[in-house]
Amino acid sequence: MTDFRNLSGKFALVGVAESDELGTLPHKSALQLHMEAARNAIADAGLKKSDIDGVFSAGRQMATETAEYMGLRPRYIDGTMVGGCSFLHHVQHAMAAINAGLCEVALITHGESGRSRLAMPNMSASKDSLLWQFEVPYGIVFPFTAYGFIATRHMHEYGTTQEQLAEVAVATRAWARLNPKANQRGPLTVDDVMKSPVLAWPFHVLDCCLVTDGGGACIVTSAERAKDLKKKPVYILGTGEGMGHCWINQMPDFTAATGATISGPQAFAMAGVTHKDIDVAMFYDAFTITPILALEDLGFCKKGEGAAFVSGQRTAPGGDFPMNTNGGGLSYTHTGMYGMFIIIEAVRQLRGECGERQVKDAEVALAHGLGGIFSAAATMILANAPKA
Amino acid sequence: MADLKHLAPTPTPETKPFWEGAKRHELMLPHCKSCGKHHFYPRSNCPFCWSNDLEWVKASGKGKLHTFSIPQRAVMGIPGPFIAAIVELEEGPRISTNLVGVDPDPKNLRCDMEVEVVFDDITDTVALPKFRPVSKAA
Ligand SMILES: [Zn+2]
Repeated sequence: MTDFRNLSGKFALVGVAESDELGTLPHKSALQLHMEAARNAIADAGLKKSDIDGVFSAGRQMATETAEYMGLRPRYIDGTMVGGCSFLHHVQHAMAAINAGLCEVALITHGESGRSRLAMPNMSASKDSLLWQFEVPYGIVFPFTAYGFIATRHMHEYGTTQEQLAEVAVATRAWARLNPKANQRGPLTVDDVMKSPVLAWPFHVLDCCLVTDGGGACIVTSAERAKDLKKKPVYILGTGEGMGHCWINQMPDFTAATGATISGPQAFAMAGVTHKDIDVAMFYDAFTITPILALEDLGFCKKGEGAAFVSGQRTAPGGDFPMNTNGGGLSYTHTGMYGMFIIIEAVRQLRGECGERQVKDAEVALAHGLGGIFSAAATMILANAPKA
Repeated sequence: MADLKHLAPTPTPETKPFWEGAKRHELMLPHCKSCGKHHFYPRSNCPFCWSNDLEWVKASGKGKLHTFSIPQRAVMGIPGPFIAAIVELEEGPRISTNLVGVDPDPKNLRCDMEVEVVFDDITDTVALPKFRPVSKAA
């Protein structure tokens, strides 16, 4: 058996793209958004449709339906669906498949009509499901209810404040102001967040992510194959995945994401880098509490110190820890399964394609996603060279 | 009280004794005779040791408010604001629930405050276990 660490630097992300439009798109189906993103990512890589022999996808559509819509006949297909970070899991799964010789060019694709809700059935849990029996009767359906549990307990145990949560939204907006594709680009202060209506205490409306339509895609292939493609390859130094629970009543520790404590150490061990080597970090920001937990659970600071870590706009443009430079799910776009956009921005930062928001000399990036209610997690460490 | 009958769940074979207990206003928990731990939600096998040597026991109904959030608007027909909560039962497991008998204002709530079970008969056949703060005067 291969030691997973031996896969470090052997694979690369060679194409990334969003759908043609992001935002409120009642004129486009989720499958069309998949298609646009896939076509754009293939073009970004300088590949052809016929080069794709692996398809990886998650969401309301089965991976087979997505591939069928695109007229693809892949020899490898993976529909792993663990929530919004599924696409980061797909990157690791694609590496495994390519390493085994089961495919060579993997298309990972996302499309979701999160806002317009075209071809999106309403929540259809049956009344005998675990979700309906033990969560739904208490109104614990919408993500903000359950994410609020984590913020409340973190505030109780570590003294984290609502103002510190607001710092995350403010720093993220400052990055969004530098991204022409970002949905929300107006100025934002901690006071604005604190004065916005409470959606579900302890969250204000501006502590919560956007709801948008959109798609995204990326292409993974071997470092060997990547060499003569259109763009400079972004090498995958380390990956890891993990899970802690599914339904919120089973969360082992309401102040920590167990999945991240599994995925993070594996990704760092495989990459052979330390926290100090990370130049830019992308975290899944469904709510302002989520990057705070990621910083703690991935070891950028001690447990309970995440809120202090983000204080004083340290993660904003000009701060010493550039984080969520696209404007995040809080201000750029959030289709429902935001993880794909984490990958896209990490790659663009390492290619130096980010214009005004470009982090100077970015060589190593960390991308970390979560799925469900801190249920699943995946971590990737990427670099613009095969070894950091 | 809001009409919540549309929220009545349908039990499965492994959860039926829980819902039958709730109907009698008893909080029933699965207990593993092999490793001695209680668990929740009910399962065919103990999630800790995988034994299927399980029994149903009546819980004390006491616990602590582990954490909470307060949605301001209606969710699934439950009028807002209301208190969504996780209660840590005296026996160990945690359960999703609502905190009732207290205004849904964070000033009235504190993680780890003592709570006790009450039952909300949402239909003739289904009662939902909910929790209220333990009265210090009692
Ligand atoms: Zn047991």
